[in-house]
This record gives sequence, C-alpha cells and structure tokens, in this order.
Amino acid sequence: MKGIPLSALLGMTITALFFLAAIFAPLIAPYGMSQTIGDVWEPASDAHWLGTDNLGRDLLTRMIYGGRTTIFVASAATLLSFTLGAVLGFTAAVYGGWVDQGMSRLNDLVMSIPTLIFALVVLSVMPVTLPILILVMGLLDSTRVYRLSRAVAVDINVMDFVEAARLRGEGQRWVIFREILPNALSPLVAELGLRFIFAILFISTLSFLGLGVQPPMADWGGIVKENREGIVYGIPAALYPAVAIVTLSISVNLVADWALNRTTSLKGGRGG
Amino acid sequence: MNDEFRYLMARAARGKLDRRAFMGRAAALGVTGAMANTLLATAARAQGPQRGGHLVIGMQGGESTNSLDPALAASQVPFTYLRTTGDTLVNITPDGQIEPRLAEEISASDDARTWSLKIRSGVEFHNGQTLTAEDCAQTLRRHSDEESQSGALGIMRGLTDIRVDGDTLVLETETPNADLPYLLADYHLVIQPNGGFDDPAAGIFTGPYKWVEDEPGVRHVMEKFANHWDDSVGHFNSVEVLVINDATARNSALQSGQVQIINRVEPRVAGLLGRAPGVQIHSTAGRGHYVFIMHCNTAPFDNNDLRMALKYAIDREDMLDKILRGYGSLGNDMPVNEAYPLFDETIPQRSFDPDRARHHYERSGHDGPIILRTSEVAFPGAVDAAQLFQESAAQAGIPIEIVREPGDGYWSEVWNAQPFSASYWGGRPVQDQMYSTAYLSTADWNDTRFFNDHFDSLLLEARGELDLDRRKAIYSEMGMMVRDEGGLICPMFNDFIDAHNAQVDGWEGNPNGEMMNGFAAVHMWSTA
Amino acid sequence: MHPVLTLVIQRLALGLLLLLAASVLIFVGTEILPGDVAQAVLGQGATEQALANMRAQMGLDQPAYIRYFQWLAGAIQGDFGVALSNRQDIASSISRRLGNTLFLASVAAAISVPLAIFLGLLAVRYRDRWPDKLISGITLTSISLPEFLLGYIMMYIFAVQLGWFPSVSNINAGMSFGQKLNAVALPALVLTLVVLAHMMRMTRAAILNVMQSAYIETAELKGLRRLTIIARHAMPNSIAPIVNVVMINLAYLVVGVVVIEVVFVYPGMGQYLVDHVSKRDVPVVQACGLIFASVYIGLNLVADIVSILSNPRLRHPK
Repeated sequence: MKGIPLSALLGMTITALFFLAAIFAPLIAPYGMSQTIGDVWEPASDAHWLGTDNLGRDLLTRMIYGGRTTIFVASAATLLSFTLGAVLGFTAAVYGGWVDQGMSRLNDLVMSIPTLIFALVVLSVMPVTLPILILVMGLLDSTRVYRLSRAVAVDINVMDFVEAARLRGEGQRWVIFREILPNALSPLVAELGLRFIFAILFISTLSFLGLGVQPPMADWGGIVKENREGIVYGIPAALYPAVAIVTLSISVNLVADWALNRTTSLKGGRGG
Repeated sequence: MNDEFRYLMARAARGKLDRRAFMGRAAALGVTGAMANTLLATAARAQGPQRGGHLVIGMQGGESTNSLDPALAASQVPFTYLRTTGDTLVNITPDGQIEPRLAEEISASDDARTWSLKIRSGVEFHNGQTLTAEDCAQTLRRHSDEESQSGALGIMRGLTDIRVDGDTLVLETETPNADLPYLLADYHLVIQPNGGFDDPAAGIFTGPYKWVEDEPGVRHVMEKFANHWDDSVGHFNSVEVLVINDATARNSALQSGQVQIINRVEPRVAGLLGRAPGVQIHSTAGRGHYVFIMHCNTAPFDNNDLRMALKYAIDREDMLDKILRGYGSLGNDMPVNEAYPLFDETIPQRSFDPDRARHHYERSGHDGPIILRTSEVAFPGAVDAAQLFQESAAQAGIPIEIVREPGDGYWSEVWNAQPFSASYWGGRPVQDQMYSTAYLSTADWNDTRFFNDHFDSLLLEARGELDLDRRKAIYSEMGMMVRDEGGLICPMFNDFIDAHNAQVDGWEGNPNGEMMNGFAAVHMWSTA
Repeated sequence: MHPVLTLVIQRLALGLLLLLAASVLIFVGTEILPGDVAQAVLGQGATEQALANMRAQMGLDQPAYIRYFQWLAGAIQGDFGVALSNRQDIASSISRRLGNTLFLASVAAAISVPLAIFLGLLAVRYRDRWPDKLISGITLTSISLPEFLLGYIMMYIFAVQLGWFPSVSNINAGMSFGQKLNAVALPALVLTLVVLAHMMRMTRAAILNVMQSAYIETAELKGLRRLTIIARHAMPNSIAPIVNVVMINLAYLVVGVVVIEVVFVYPGMGQYLVDHVSKRDVPVVQACGLIFASVYIGLNLVADIVSILSNPRLRHPK
C-alpha cells in the first residue's frame, strides 16, 4: 500500500473503525440498547462515558447501535442507487434516440414529484421495515445519479476513442463498461461520497417525519432528533451523533478524494 | 392576613413570584388554595391592567388549512383566535363556576330539562349589527344540525328544541341535564350573526378583538374592537398570533423577545427556559391525560386478565418523571382526577407491580408479542412513553412490540381503529361529559370499546341526581368500573405549560384549557 | 430551423405531457393515502354523521376519476378552485407562498452558486494544498449536519445570543425589501451551507477531470496563469456535470426546504404543501405538485440545453 497519502490512510482507518463498531455493536456496547439506567440527560461519568439520553438510556450504547443502523441502511441504499442510476444513465447515453428520451423523461417524471410526497405515500401504504426503507431511499436517489451519469456519459460518448471503439465493432456493453465507465468514474466517485452523506441525512429526515426506523431501534439522525430540545441549553446529547456523522462523512470523502485522484491519473494523460 | 402574605401577594401580582411558588408558600401560611387564588387575582387586578400595546403570541397547533369557520376548528391556534375574537354564551371560571357572558341570566326548570338564557342587550357585532337572541339560537342550530360538520355536533346532540322567546333563548334537553351550561362554553359555539348560516368563515363575532388579517398557518392579526360590550377585557391595541410549530423555535422567539407568550413548553426544557431573564413558566394542572387504549372487545384485549396485566406493567412514576419531568400528576386508569368536581379521592392509586402483572399475564394465557401503536402526534413524548412502557412490561415478562405510525393520518387510521394505541384526551369540564363522550356504550368516541349496561344506567342516574353526595358516590363506582374492567391505561395527567416574558402581565391559569383557557389575549395586558 | 430550437420546442411539448402525467400520479398518490379530507379536518372530533355531511358537501361521494377530470377541466382554464379544508382561493394563497419560496431560494442561490463555483476553482488551483483541504473540510462538515441542527445552532448564536437577526423569519407584504432580507438572513445562511458543498465538490471534480487533457497542457506550456487556465479552458469543458448539480440544488431550494421553513417559521410552499397533504386536500396538493413539477422540468430543460450548447460535438451532431 505504498503511496497512499496520509489523509486517505486516516480516512480509511476511521471509516474501518466505524464499520467494525457497527458490525460488532452487541459485543462492545456497555448496556442494552433500550435499557433505561439513569435519569434524563445525566452528564458524562465513569459509568456513562457520554452521559444519558432523553429517556435515561446510556448514550454511548445508543450511539453504537445507532451507527449500526445508520451505516447499514445508508451503505445499502447508496450501493443500490449507484448501481441502478449509473447503469441506466450510461445505457441511455449510449443508445440515445428514443431509448434516451423515454428513460430520461420517465426519470424527470419521478424527480418532478416532491420526494416527501413520494416517501409519505410509499411508506404509509407499505410497512416500514429496513428492506423497504433501503429500497425507497435507493430508488429515489437513483434518479439523481441517473441524471448525473447520463450527463457525463453523453459528453464522453461523442469522444473519438468511443467512436474508434464503435468502428472496431465493439458492442454497446463494451462501450458502456470499458469506455464510458472508466472515464466517467471521477465525477461519479466524488458524487458517491456525498450521496452516502445524503443517505444518512435522509434517514434522519424520515425519522423526523415519523417514517424512519422503528423504536426502540436507534439511528444517528433519530438520536439528534430525540435530544434536540437540549441543544440551545448546552446539553450536548444531540451533538455527539452529529459529530459522528461529520467524522464518518469526512473520512469517507477523504477516501473518495484519494480514489478520485487515482482515477484522474489513470486517464492516460500526463504521467499515466 | 399577615404582612408576609401581603408581601408575597404583591410579588406574585407583579410577576416576581411564580404562581406555583406563591400557592405553595401561601399554603405554608395557612391560606387555602381557593382563597389564595382569589386574593391573587384581586392583587393582580389592583396592580391594574394597562391599555395599549401590541401582543404577539407564538403558538404550536396551526396549519395552513385552518378556517375562520368555528365549526371546523380543531387545533390550538383556531381555539385561541376564536376565544380572542368571539364570545360564547357563558364561560367557565378557573374554579369551575359558570360566568355569564352573552347570556346575562341563566335559569333552569326544576326537572333540569328546560333552560332559559336571557341574552345581553346592547352587544354589537364587528360589522355593526346588534346581537339578538335569534343570532344565538341560529348559532346553536347550525352546530346541532345533523347536516352540520361541526366539531361540537357531538355535545349538541342532547338538545331537542331551540327557540326564542323575546330576548330569551330557551333550550330543551332530551334527558335532565344539570350540566348543560358547561356545554355552552365550548369554543366552537361562539355567536355569529344569523348563526353563521350566511357566511360561516366571515370572521364576524362579538369578541373584544376583530379580524385584520388571516393567513392560515402563518399569522393571524386582530385589533381592538372599540365597541365591545365589556370594558374589563381586551387591553391590547392589537394581537398577533404567530404559528410556530417547532418547539425550539418557539423558545428562541420568546427568549429573543419576538413574541411575548408561547404555549406548549416542552417539560424537559421548561426548567431551563425558566432561567432565561424575564421569562416566567406557568404550569396549570388540567384534565388532559395521556393514555394507552385497548379495545375491550378485540382479542387479545377482550380478556380482562391481560388488560390488568398491562395496567400493572406500566411504571407511572417513572413515566411522569421522564416524560413530563413532574409537570403533571399520576393517572389511575380512569379518565378523571381531582381537578373534577365530585371526584372521590379515596380511590387507591394503582402502581407498578411486575409480580401481579406477571400473575395476570399468565392467567390470561396469552402468548406472543403485543403490538402497541404510537406516534409523535398521539401526545408529546408518546413514542418515548411507549418505549418506557415496553421496558417496564419486559420486567414482568410481557413482550410489547412498538409500531410507530406516521403522524399524518394517525387520528383517522390508528386511533379509535386499532385495538391498542397511544392517545390523548383533553378532558371535559365535568365528569358526566367525560364519561358520556367516551365511555357510554353508544358514545361516538368510545375508543376503548367499553360496553357495560350497568355503567350506562349509572351515568344516566347521576345526570338526574340532585343530591351531591349520592352523585359523588355514583361517580366513584363508575370510576372503579373503568379502572378495574375498562380498556384505559392512564399513566398521567399533564399540566398545561405556557410561558411569557416580562412585557406582559395578568396571567391566571385555567384548568379548562391552555393559555388561560384561550383567553390570554383577552385578560392579560402590556407592561411595556 | 436551428437544431437547438427544435430541441427546445420538442422538450417543451414533452414537458406539458410530463406535467399531465405528474398530475395523474399525484392524484393517485393522494387517493391511496389512508384517510380523506373530511376525516383529516374533523380529526379526533369526527362523528360518522359529520363525516358523511362533509363528504357530501365537498363532492367526495363522487368516483375518483370524475373528480380528477373536473379538476383538470378547471386547471386547464387556469382555475385551481378553492381548498377543500378552508374554502380559501387556491391561486391567491399559492401565489403568496410561491413568492416567498422563490424569494428565499433566490437569496440563497445568489450567494451559494457563485460562491460554490469560486471555491471549486480555488480548490483546483490549490489542489491538495491547505486551501483545498480547508474548503473541503468546512463544506463537508456543513453538509453532514442535519438541516434542523444547523438551523438551531445558527438560531442560538445569531438570534438568541447576539441578537443580530430575528429567529422567526416571518415575512409579509407590508415589509420593505431590506426588512425582508434581514428576516430571511438566517434561513438563507443555513440553506447556503446546505447546498454549497455539493456544488463545490462537483465543480472541483469535474474540472480536475478535464485538467488532464492535452489542451490544458498546451495552455500551460503557453505560460498562462493557472487560475486563467482553470477558468477559461478547463471550466467550459466541464460545464455539463456542474450545471446538472447546480440544477438539482436549485430545485432543492424551491421544493425541498420544508424543514428549514418549520425551524424558522417561514411561510413558504413546503409547509403549505405538507399541511395540505396531511389534510388530504387534493386540489391544493395537485396545484402545488404542478408547480413543483414545472420547476423541475424547467430546470432540467435548462441544464440539458446548457450541456448541449457547451459541447461543440453535441451542438453539431454528425
């Protein structure tokens, strides 16, 4: 792993720590997830490193379990939205014509309806379970990814090397995955880091509307929300999950930045 | 009355001493609560209301769908603006007496079935028209019409005849009803010209303030109505109700002086907010209660052992402490408390008892998780309360599974439809009304599906009973029936927590509703 | 006819069809939501009788498709009707709300779009050096905080502690432009922080993407200043993804700011729509939905046209 800059290494380490904490949550959490063990908003102490939350539950425990939910849902939704959005976006760009028109306008249609109404309708008709949450978030987000990937791919599609590949007789699949994808990676990777954050925030917005994960399960956005009343009176319970979200997203984006550099230097320009 | 008490009273009147603290210290000096209340009110009046000023109230409970039609009012903001711009026939005073307003004199026939209300003369509507008894009759007709959409339709059901005799309004009821005047104080029943048949949402009433601007869900501006019949109310030049649904935003607006009064202070931050300079927190014990309701006719809740198991499995003290931070009182699985007249205080308090809960649970033979539906809108902290319930029930070996429902649609889809859910009851002025609204077999809102013939006959008997001791005994028996057989789990009664800053004065809590029963703008005054 | 013009006309026609489709979708959506306007308005106090009366009065007893076509016939003639819940004229209430929303969105956009692009250029110029890292860190932090938290923090600092700006951004017709600007200062600031990072990072990434090209090398060899190269040569060729991201964020500023509206008590479209969705007030939801859909479709169209115009190869298809 020579040549990895310090910032990327730091990002990777922290991200890895977060993921490990998420995976082994039941082993490292000091208390039970929904166990009330003290008074409301107790300050930090030896027994409760981060104090207690709005119901007198151990905040550190809630944070660890909350991270598990948040990271799992956000990763799954981001993965889904990127796979779907990018593949469809490239396809539309490469085929062009009516395929492109049809798919793009359908996408416009979905995007034109406010996300909130969409989420409201789907989640009040369907039972709110984790798979459905991931599916709804992934699908709604994939429309944004679709637009971006199509816009990038349309530009690349008219490049000489793509033309050359076509003249060579390569099929559309080859063009999409071997010509377009590598050249569209950098804006997409930059977008990936941000989309991951947006996914985390989207879960918290859903919790805000009462459509998020079911209690007593926790997610970071939900913990911010449960304890938000205390913020303006100097009770830090709502700030810890916010700090966790910030730390995780900066780490993920440090890694994304590094990947971005690698992909841009792979482009066959100077030093390539 | 000694000097110390006089000193306390002066401080309380100037707003230097919190009402609650005043009452506590008055009690220590041997002054009874009712006495202290009256004295305090007098002292506050003696300090003297000032005229003028612009009042801004920041309130939760307004939507852009609100209407000026009193029949459609349901949330806190319409409640307040109707109280501010309109008059009802009577009001209920903080100590539960009937205060004549547009009705000057009220009398009943001996069988309490025919009621005569003499309508005040010289009362002017905001459009210059003079109030007649016919306007009052038409208003009641509009709200009691079976074709009506009124939120008051339920309480107007018992009226069989509404007629006018000169300047007197005559009402006939189906069964004897000693409590009828209390029903007429309902905020939907503000008097409109021709009862509002012509234009229900015109905003023409007889109240101390008249409409200037109505932007539903945003703000409502009213100004002093110069020709109001009662000089002792309505001290501001103008009143503005700002809709601020977010709790933190409300607190900040009060602290930064953008508004002078706010409603619905969250219990967890009330103490913290009270430390801000000039801010006074007012906590008023009321009749509203936070509840979990089970349908007595739906499995598995049709088994009284299971219902009892759940009633013993809830830790009321812990919930009162964590959810209301003490701004409330313990519930006892019946919908009434000591704030009601004729309440029997000797009924033993039920408390958390995991062993008995386990015992009843095992006897019920039930197995598998019990689904409890809840939502942020059921009552403030309902989702948290459900989690506490889940934890305490788990100690008794009873598995509760929480389903959080979207706030949107909760009242139409979950409450009164699902067998086990969280809910809220605002309370009623008298026990009869509370029980007839939700516990009579035929009640529209029998949300616990409580069908008990004996209970129904007791209720009718109490309604016509003129001997107060006998009536109290009947109510006590009915309370015990709901407590031990009903589907109501009532962990706590909440206080109304409102706050204002030093720019206004004249606060007097009223157990019938928040914000001085909606009359804050009518009775308070500016100190600026 | 110029091919770009043909495209615009084609897309406008398609846009109208899309609007129609969107209105059907929204109508169906609000229909399948549990509950109806009568239940929602009467709330906990509903009785069967009052519900039935209200439904009959509002015409809800008619089948759904008839109600849709009645609405459509009115909407085509520019008549959006009255709100079911409070009988207010929809067109006039919406126009006031829409004006407010556009005002806040323009203030936020006027600050955030130029700032984001400038910061993006700066980050490329000082790539991997401390200004790049600093900009990156700050924007990532601001984007990672939930909006309402950001709102509360700003409110606490600037309204409660310093008293510079009001915490309640309630604006009305009687206020001057300056007063309005002062009133929306805090929500505009929060919105700027929320959308800045996304646009800035995309600008940076897109420009970096073309910085590897041979013509940039040529420009460098010509001895041009680095910022000139970035702004004059690299930027125009990376405009397509940038415009797309700017478009998504502008649309967000118009359509998605309901949380900020709640926190700062701002009388915009978002709160208005949410209130009416929860009251199942279909005509209002339809009207709002149409406006939001038009905004999206319009901005998409602009983004697509800019992309085409910026790329000569797309401008003159072979």
